[in-house]
This record gives sequence, structure tokens and C-alpha cells, in this order.
Amino acid sequence: MEQKTLDVRSLTVCIQTMKGMIRPVNDVSLEVPRGGIVGIVGESGCGKSMTARAVMGLIRYPGKVTGGSVYLEGREITSLPEKERRKLRGAEISMIFQEPMTSLNPVMKVGKQVEEAVLLHTNCSKEEARAKTLDIFREVEIPEAEARYNCYPHQLSGGLRQRVMIAMAAVCRPKLLIADEPTTALDVTVEAQILKLLERLRDAGTGVLLISHSLGIIARVCDYVYVMYAGQIVEQAETEVIFDRPAHPYTRGLLRSVVSLREGAGTLETIPGVVPNLLRLPAGCSFSLRCGMCTERCEKDAPRLLETEPGHKVRCFLAEKEGVR
Amino acid sequence: MPGGKQKQIEQAADLRVQSQIGEEERFRDLMRRMARENKTAVFSFFLIILMTLAAILAPNLTPYDENSMDLMHRLSPPSAEHLLGTDEGGRDELTRLLYGARVSLLIGVVPTLLSLILGSALGVLAGYRGGITDVIIMRAADVTLAFPSMLLAMVIMYSLGGGLVNVFLTLTLVNWANVARVVRSQTLKLKNSEFVEAARIIGVSEGKIMRRHILSNCLPTLLVLFTLNVPESILTESSLSFLGLGIQPPNASWGLMINTGRQYLYNAPWLCFVPGAAIMLVVLAFNFLGNGLLDVLDPRQKKQ
Amino acid sequence: MKQKIAQRSVQAVIVLIGVVLLTFVMLRIVPGNPIETMMGEHADAATVARMTAEMGLDQPLHRQFFRYLFSVVRGDFGTSYSLGKPVSLLIQSAFGNTLKLALFAALFAWTLGITCGLICAVSKNRLPDRLFMGFSLLGISLPVFMAAMFLQYIFAFKLHWLPISGTDSWKCFILPAIALGWNSAGQVAQMTRTALLETLAEDYIETARAKGLGNAGVLLSHALRNAMLPVLTMMTIQFSSLLSGAVITETVFSINGIGRLMVQAISGRDIPLLQGTSLLATSVVILGSLLADCLYSVLDPRIREES
Repeated sequence: MEQKTLDVRSLTVCIQTMKGMIRPVNDVSLEVPRGGIVGIVGESGCGKSMTARAVMGLIRYPGKVTGGSVYLEGREITSLPEKERRKLRGAEISMIFQEPMTSLNPVMKVGKQVEEAVLLHTNCSKEEARAKTLDIFREVEIPEAEARYNCYPHQLSGGLRQRVMIAMAAVCRPKLLIADEPTTALDVTVEAQILKLLERLRDAGTGVLLISHSLGIIARVCDYVYVMYAGQIVEQAETEVIFDRPAHPYTRGLLRSVVSLREGAGTLETIPGVVPNLLRLPAGCSFSLRCGMCTERCEKDAPRLLETEPGHKVRCFLAEKEGVR
Repeated sequence: MPGGKQKQIEQAADLRVQSQIGEEERFRDLMRRMARENKTAVFSFFLIILMTLAAILAPNLTPYDENSMDLMHRLSPPSAEHLLGTDEGGRDELTRLLYGARVSLLIGVVPTLLSLILGSALGVLAGYRGGITDVIIMRAADVTLAFPSMLLAMVIMYSLGGGLVNVFLTLTLVNWANVARVVRSQTLKLKNSEFVEAARIIGVSEGKIMRRHILSNCLPTLLVLFTLNVPESILTESSLSFLGLGIQPPNASWGLMINTGRQYLYNAPWLCFVPGAAIMLVVLAFNFLGNGLLDVLDPRQKKQ
Repeated sequence: MKQKIAQRSVQAVIVLIGVVLLTFVMLRIVPGNPIETMMGEHADAATVARMTAEMGLDQPLHRQFFRYLFSVVRGDFGTSYSLGKPVSLLIQSAFGNTLKLALFAALFAWTLGITCGLICAVSKNRLPDRLFMGFSLLGISLPVFMAAMFLQYIFAFKLHWLPISGTDSWKCFILPAIALGWNSAGQVAQMTRTALLETLAEDYIETARAKGLGNAGVLLSHALRNAMLPVLTMMTIQFSSLLSGAVITETVFSINGIGRLMVQAISGRDIPLLQGTSLLATSVVILGSLLADCLYSVLDPRIREES
């Protein structure tokens, strides 16, 4: 049996709003193999961050995980009591966020913030925790680690801050690292360095779940990709497959916008329309409103996520036909 | 005004300036949103209207005369005849309360309006002109704010003497500095915005820019300041009158009624507590309304 | 940072001089000769003239001002017209009571305010929150004299639990402290709530949770410290304004403090006393806001760095 770090099965998150119930994460299943980087891609608001938070157990009121299960190395964790869950956070699953600027406490030395995670999850003394912190600082290539230890976040550059975040996430050697848009706020050169760091962690045996709105980043580091739209996974496949033969119109749209940028075509191709309001999803396929190939059936029935070839699943009637062919 | 609130108003105003470009809600929509979301504010609004009407219609609402004494019925407790009892001169307390509302509400509104006009004029001038004008105006504001507001009011009342007009003047002089500060900080932000730049390029005069482009953008903030300064003025005046430094008899504000009633606190407590409750109700209503406005105008609240 | 504090101190001194000027001018524009007013109708012209000269009131206004300014710098605030004693001495003996009252009031206001604020923030928009917030708004809207008289009426007059007025024992200070602190408590509660809610919505709180901290841990090691920064500055300013004299409270409870001295000065048309007490009150306020600024920059590393 293949070793899976993370196995999410039909995870559903509901939020009760004043105007009704919405499902920002709707029946999502995904896997992260040990020592692999798996990507989730989609527009903002498609539910990717919410999925990550649900895995972390960080969904807050009024949101709620209403169904499905999450297995971490074979152990179901959604049913664990909050206290147990907390022990996992930062130790076995950890997360880094999009904004390194605001994700660090401005009035606490960065070293202390990393050390806090060590002290929380191990029985080390303060000195040992400090030593561990400095070690991880060097490991994530923070220059002059000792001096940086005593810095406040505002004294560091964006790239350094994100390294501190990674250090904080990696210091307890987690089994799974969730990176939520880790490079969106950074320069392109820094982005490359941060992605390299994630690969190094992967090589050390940590499973990485990388969330991004950019297919370019996904293409560079991920082995396997999930494409999310309106709370659902609409397509999933190995990275090459997605780029080679995308089956879902939405994925194609995403790819076209990347390609048109790359080739400097005169016009920037975009997917028309906006992410639908989760309160007013169409009756049929959730993408039907924006889909150029929408049929009558698409407006009435919701397609299921079906395998069209080994390891490639698509949620689209068109792909079903092609699959049959 | 409580320091925290002042800061919140300033921050909300700043954020509004920043978020000006793009999706700016229209004022009417903002009011609609408040009406939808904040029932307490709506209720307070109608309460204020009701009290204003009661004050205006006072002669029609009560059979008694404001000042006619009835020494046979001094200090009588609330009864069917005198719903809120009578005072030390045998005058009907409810009647006095209704007439007192005229004075107290007037004292809430007039000096607040005057201080808004004075404060925003000086604030805009300080912010827009900068340089020595700014230094002089803002140091003057600092000096004003260095006084505990009660003390400043006492000192000014002392040198001007009592009476309604002097109360107006005093409260205006006490309150202008806060307004000037808020307006100045907004002006500084707006001064460098594109639309002011554009107006300057096409040759719009300074005065017009200040009025049309800057002050008009401060209006929502000024509205909040107005709503929150009215109760502040009422409170300060009632404290002044409580000390005998404000309104002079036979005019009666609620504060003065409490001042005279205080001597009878132990045998006729209603003489203090009834006007006291009235002050509290008005102040509370204005505060609820002001907070409601502030919440709606604060762009941060929208996100949540 | 030192530079910034120095700059603010200079500013404070300028404002203080402005305050002296303002009170000076304000109290000199009162119509009539203050000596005449003080001595009443029966004073003969010769005495009035002699005293006017003695106090330097016959000299041009600007000479009078500088004379006053220099004597103030030397610590001489003149002699009270109505009480016949040096103003500095009167202030000294009154300050003790005001300080006691301020301490009691602050203690009451801050314990109550912070506790309520915390409860509200933690139970945001649920019943305890709405209840306490309504209560705190009530606190802000309740005029001090109403609170004072109400407490006096109930606890001293009706129930006889506590003394009605005076300064004889610490018990005398309980009711005035509550009356005076009531307002501040409401302010602190609202500020604590807002600041804490704002902090709890920050990204780094999410980071702390992702690190594995529980609610208590997040609150204690991340949220509270950040949220209390603005509250602390506000409390500094509040304390200085409590110290500057609680005119109403001291009047209602007959506490011989600075506030009462001010009222006496006004009713006795006692210009030196009014000037002295005003100067004291404003310097305390100015000092308080200066201190608050310094405190903020010491506690917040972002500001500490700036200059």
C-alpha cells in the first residue's frame, strides 16, 4: 500500500449565514503522498483556503465541518477532541500563510515566535528550544541567524519573514505542511527561493499541500494537481497531464490565461464572468454560467467527478463523453 | 469625548479616504444599511425625534404654566394630578421637564453646530495651508485640549458670566478643537488625492477646493461628530448648571433643575432623579445613534 | 525614539505656556477691577488703589503676564484672595485627597472595565456581550453628578452603609470613587473590547492557532499584549484627567480636593487660586499625554524603531 501522509475524504464545510447555508468546501477528497508536493489551484473564493483550514481544524464559528473525514498517516483526526487536535497543529500538521507581513506578531521577537512552537510541542528546556530555533533558521537559510533571532517582524524583509514562517512551520518536523499562497506577496526572485525551500522540506519527507491561484507555481513544484471551483474539485491529475490534456473547460480557461501571458499574445485571455455567489449556485454544473460549451444538460444536472484515465478525474459531461470515446 | 471614540472616528475617517476610489457607497445607501442592521440606532433616532417634538409642543402637552407657583402644593410626590410631582415652588415637574427639554436640546444642538463650523473651517485651513497657519491653529487646539473640558468651561463661563448665549459660546470654544483635529487629518489625506490635484490643475480656487472637495468629503465624519458631540454638550452644560455656573433662572435646563432639586434630595428625590433620567435618556439615544453611524461609516466593519 | 520624546517635551512646554497665557487673558477680561469685586461696595478708593498696586494689577497686561510667568517658574503662584493663604500651600493640602480619590476611582474603573471588555470580546455578539456593552454605554451616558447623587441617596442616605461625605476614612472614598470611575469604566470596557476584537481578527492570531496554541494561549501570549497597548495609553490619559480634579464628585461628596478648590476659586472670584489650580490641572493632563506617548513607543517595537 502506498504511504499517504494526508487522505481527505468527502470533506464538507458549511457556513450558516444570515441569508442561508453555503458550502465553501463541498465533498472534497484529496491525497498527499509522503514526500510529495500536491497543489490546489483555483480563483480566490473557490474554497481552497477553507479546505486548508478545515484540514488544520481551524474553521471558526459560524463555519463548521459537517461531513467527511481527514486521515493523517492513517489516523482519522476530525473526530479527535479539540485538545488532541491542538497537539497536532504545529507539530504534525503546520501551515504557512499568504501575508508574511501580517502573519507574524508585530510586538514579539521572531525567534521567540518560532521558539513558542518548540516549547509547545516538545519537552525541551528554553536553551534547547533556542538552539533548535537557531538550527531551523540556518536550515531555511536565514542569514545571521543569531542576530535575526532578536529581530521584530517589521525589521525583516518580506522574504525573510516568509522564511521565519516556514521555520516556524517546519521546526517540529511536521508530517504535513500546508502552504497557503506562500509566495503571492513576494518578489519573483524570492518566490523561487521559497519554492526551493518547500522542495527541500519535501525531500526531507514532509508532505506539502501547496495552495495557489497561479498555475505557473503549481507547474514548477507540484507532482499532482487538484483544480477547485465553487467549493468542488472539478479536475485532478498529475501536473503534466493537466498541462498536456486538460479536460475541464475551467482548467482549460485557467491554462489559456497563463499561456496567453507567456506568449505575449495581443490580448490577455480570461475566463468570462466571476466566481458565482455560493448562495445562488446554478442548479446544474456550477461552472455552467461561465462555460463556453454549456449544454442544456449542464444547466439541469450536476456532473460527477469521474475518472477518464488512470489518475485523472474530471467533473464534466463533455469529458464523460470523451472518456467513453 | 472619550479618547477611544475620538481615535475610532479618526481611523474610520482615514480609511474612508483611502477606500474612496472604487466602491464608495452612497450616503443614502449607508443610512439604509444602518436602518437594516442596527435597530437600536433607529429606535434612538425616533426617540430623539419624539423628544424634540415633545419639547416643541410643550405648551400643548401640559395644562400647567411653566412658572406659576403654587405654594400650597410644594414638593408633593408624583400623583395623578402632577404625574412627576411638584418642585419647591409648587410648579408641576413634568411641565418644567418639558420646558427644560427645550433649553437642554438647544444647548445640545446649537453649540455643537457652531463648534463644527468653527472647527472644520480651522481644521481645513490648517491642513490645506500648512506652514505657520497650521502651527498656530494646531497649537491653539492643543492648548484647548490640555484643559479638562469641565475646567475650561468653568473658566470661560467665569469670565463671560452666566446665561444661555454665553453657554453657547463656552461650549463652542470647548468643543472646536476635537473637530479641527479630525478635519485637519482628513484634509491632509485628501489634499494629495487625485481629484484635488485635478481640480488644482484646472484652476479651481483654493477656497472652492476646500469647500467643494475637502469639506464635502468630511461630511459623513462631521455627522458622526455631531451626533456624538450633542450629548457631550448636554452633559457639560448640565454639569455647569449643576454647579450654578450655566443657565440662570428663571430659564431652566435639566442641569439647573437638578441643581435646585439637590437641596431637597432627601425629601423629594424625584426632583433630581427625573431630570437626571431625562438627561441620561437623551445622551444614551444620541450615543447609540452616533455609534450606529460610526459603525456604518467605518469601512472595516463592512468586511466583517 | 529619544529624539521624538524630546520633541514632544518641547511641544508640551509650548502648550503649557499657551495655557498660562490663555487663563491669564481669560481671567483678565472679566469686567471690573477684581480687587473691587473682592472687597465689595464698602471698600474705599485708597485701599483699592493700594492693593491694586501691591498686586501689580495697575501695570500693563504684558508686564503682568511675564511677572506671573516668572513667579510661576519659581514655584510661586501668588496668594489666594478669598482664603488668604499661598495658592501653592492650598494646592498641596488639597492634592492628597484628589490623589486618593483618583487612585480609588482608577482601581475601580480599570478592574471593572477590563474585565467587562474581556468578557464582551470573548463572547462577541452573544448575550453577555450585548448586556455588558449596553451597560458600558449606560456608564458613559450617566452624568457624573447623577451617579454621585444616586449612590449617595441609596447607599449613604437610605441604607446607611457608607458615609455621606467627608474624607475621614477610606470608606468615605468608596462612593465617590465609584461615581467618578463609572464613566472611565465604560470607556475602558469599550476600548478593551474593540481592541481585543481587532487583534483577534489579525492574521498572526491564525498563525498562533496554527502553531497549536489553544484559546487561552492565544489570548495570553499574543492577543492581550497587543490589544492592551491602546488601552494602556488610554488609561494613562484617563488617570491624569482623574488627577486634574473631579469638580463634580468632590462637590457632591464634600471632598476637599483640587476640584473643590476650583469651585471655591470661582465662587470667590479668586483669580490667583483659579489660575493656580487650572495650571496644575492642565500640566497634569499634558504630562499624562506625554507619558502615554512615551509608554506607547516603549511598548511597541514598531514605533520604538521609527526615529
